[in-house]
Amino acid sequence: MKKYLKPGVFILSTIPFLLILYKIFLDKLGPEPVKEITHFTGEWTLIFICLTLSMSPLKRFTKLSVWISFRRILGLFVFFYATLHLLTYVGLDYRFNWSPILDDVMKKKYIFIGFAAWLLLLPLAITSSQKMVLLLKNNWKKLHRLIYVIAIFGSLHYIWLSKTILFKPLVYLIIILVLLALRIKIKNRNVNYG
Amino acid sequence: MKKFKYSEITPEKIYKNRRSFIKSIGLGASSLAISTIPFANKSLANDRDKLTSYKDITTYNNYYEFGTSKGDPYRNSQIFKTTPWDISIEGEVEKPIKLSMEEISEMFVSEERIYRLRCVEGWSMVIPWMGFSLSELLSKVNPTNKAKFVEFESIYDPAQMKGQRYPVLNWPYNEGLRIDEAMHPLTTVVTGLYGKKLPNQNGAPFRIFIPWKYGFKSAKAIVKIKFLENMPTSSWMWASPREYGFYSNVNPNVDHPRWSQATERIIGEGVWAPRVKTLMFNGYGDEVASLYSGMDLKKYF
Repeated sequence: MKKYLKPGVFILSTIPFLLILYKIFLDKLGPEPVKEITHFTGEWTLIFICLTLSMSPLKRFTKLSVWISFRRILGLFVFFYATLHLLTYVGLDYRFNWSPILDDVMKKKYIFIGFAAWLLLLPLAITSSQKMVLLLKNNWKKLHRLIYVIAIFGSLHYIWLSKTILFKPLVYLIIILVLLALRIKIKNRNVNYG
Repeated sequence: MKKFKYSEITPEKIYKNRRSFIKSIGLGASSLAISTIPFANKSLANDRDKLTSYKDITTYNNYYEFGTSKGDPYRNSQIFKTTPWDISIEGEVEKPIKLSMEEISEMFVSEERIYRLRCVEGWSMVIPWMGFSLSELLSKVNPTNKAKFVEFESIYDPAQMKGQRYPVLNWPYNEGLRIDEAMHPLTTVVTGLYGKKLPNQNGAPFRIFIPWKYGFKSAKAIVKIKFLENMPTSSWMWASPREYGFYSNVNPNVDHPRWSQATERIIGEGVWAPRVKTLMFNGYGDEVASLYSGMDLKKYF
């Protein structure tokens, strides 16, 4: 049973991707399809960030270590959806037309922070293998704490791009802050008892 | 490209037939070409002056009184009551008047006017409106010599407009123009589209359309037109003065603080169509640029 769990998580994680492919090829994205794809991939990036950050609190609450074994897959799907999101913007929307893109990155803070978040994901994706964990030892853990920064950047990216309605972006920010706050608690406990 | 005559534009039906014909050729003739994939035949090149479909025009709307997502106005406006409807013209005028929609439709002859709508969000449509110049209506009153601006106030009716139950904007929605802008022949009172009665989600029964300005300037469901001495503060200026100025002329050189205005997406063009360059004054520069001669449009955005 246990050996099916990880492949199961992997397959479930591809569902949003398959769904958007289906919508693209069957023309189900409405009058502004590129915007739909951009929003869809962006939102799923945030969802996967939340899922990734939920694993260690879930381990603590359920006292089951199995959650931790999903973290790598979920983290890699953060990178996958973030990259699709970036490619949609750079490729599909702006046709690799670099001058307006660079202009946006420099002038628009939500694009700057979003791009920064994607850059920070790169080292995490590169060092995601077991081999790298062993190679980097303690530094691996330190390096992968970057996900906290990425999560904050990601939710700010969403808040800053919204026109007036901030409800959903704020929900993501709150979820992320709660997930981060849960970690501070863990740390304090370790300090107290250790 | 400025204005298009109706005859210059391919009607929706013929246009669609033509597309499906091209598509069928593509499907039949090529065994190895990319055109065997159904979507690949769908406009890879833009035809920016083609009429947007009736469906897209009437189901993809920004009309926060009926909800903030694009499909909300269509969904939530169908039972909106547009009769009886009076429009009062007041403020700095010698004699204020009140006209019913019936009186207005008897007094003025609507004609087909095909204009591009450019939304501040970076998309555009080409819409065959029915309407007449606002100046015809405004000439029914005599403004006092103090009058310099015209304000348009939309209806406030939270019982019928559920978006107004939330403080998304400063209700009722209001917008404004300088008198010379309001009197410009392109500034249109809209009464219909695609030869039909104006649907509720598009601003029925009485809206204006100002083709060279971002879409939000063209107020919908107007009940009051007021001549003013001072520049009014519009709902969007209240919401974010840094982002939405009084003029809000379409201008590819002045970015919205958070996104570029240099390009736009054409609604209905499909996933693979590229953005197109936004035109100064939305392509109506020959007609309206003189209204702003000598003005710094970066400052007066």
